[in-house]
Amino acid sequence: MSESLPADGGLVRPVPSLPELFLGFLAIALSGFGGVLPFARREFVERRRWLGEREFAEALALCQFLPGPNIVNMSVIIGSRFHGVPGAVTAVAGLVIAPLFIMMTCGALYARYGDLEVLRGPLAGLAAGAAGLLVAMAAKMVMPLVHERNAAPLVFALAGFVAVGLLRLPLYWVVLVLAPLSIGWVWWRLR
Amino acid sequence: MNDQSGIGAFVLHVALLSLIAVGGVNTIVPELHRQVVEVQGALTSQQFADLFAIGQAAPGPNVLFVTLIGWQLAGATGALLTAAALCVPTCTIAYFVTRVWDRFKHARWRIATEAGVVPVTIGFIAASALLIAQAADGSAAAFAITAATAAFSYWSKFNPLWALAAAAALGFVGVV
Repeated sequence: MSESLPADGGLVRPVPSLPELFLGFLAIALSGFGGVLPFARREFVERRRWLGEREFAEALALCQFLPGPNIVNMSVIIGSRFHGVPGAVTAVAGLVIAPLFIMMTCGALYARYGDLEVLRGPLAGLAAGAAGLLVAMAAKMVMPLVHERNAAPLVFALAGFVAVGLLRLPLYWVVLVLAPLSIGWVWWRLR
Repeated sequence: MNDQSGIGAFVLHVALLSLIAVGGVNTIVPELHRQVVEVQGALTSQQFADLFAIGQAAPGPNVLFVTLIGWQLAGATGALLTAAALCVPTCTIAYFVTRVWDRFKHARWRIATEAGVVPVTIGFIAASALLIAQAADGSAAAFAITAATAAFSYWSKFNPLWALAAAAALGFVGVV
């Protein structure tokens, strides 16, 4: 359907086979140091042309709304679009298997050598650095809210931060209270 | 002794948490920390920060750092069970939602839900950042590294992995 839209250049897109799906996701999983999504866009939209820009953007928006890791949801969406359930399973497997193996190796090494004096320094540095990445990510996400004309989204973000980060309340309760309030507020404004 | 029950409770917890992890795994980091470090006492806060950092540095989806916690609790089985708990429920939801979602493209409830969830999620990610920074920054030098990495990642277009490598190198030469 969307293949024929002029926005996508009227191109007929290739339909990847199951092995191609597996290898495509394996490739982005292994190149994706520090986050996989940017690599997914380059690989699937620009290089392999499985999806158009807009299809990718729409899939991404849906992923960000769905619970769970965005990139895992993305592989379900792309895999199932081409080959239903087998496609989804193949894409997720391609994405997860190799990194999982690497992660388990890291886990084994950490369990055995994590206390070694030689490793204390690099691990402490790495942990401090990783915390910085998370701070930057939070800052990048907050800025659009700060620039918005309306204070309400910022208030909801702040309430979530205080409840979970400072008061250390259980996440479930905070979600159950804040999410309906925030959604209700948007709903009310849309009238 | 109670390894068995520990991993069972953890896996169940991960499966439930993954269902409310809108916006990715970083939104559930505070809750994971609360359970594993504060309630179960299975890891120290520093260990938790270490594992989070390894997950960021390793290739692949960052979410897999949660499997490292599973490994600490119950070895390879723990890691595999954790991975399954992370993926199976959310993938099932993604599969069914993606088939019907387009139909409600212009529905008011869909637009409100999508837009309403965003700010709350951002608050949780900020909470994660605070928590991981508190766990990782035991010294002034560590705090400086966190601030520098944050600035680098916020303002530069280079791959953040360079900042992580520099942070690890600084730690190696004994700065932290």
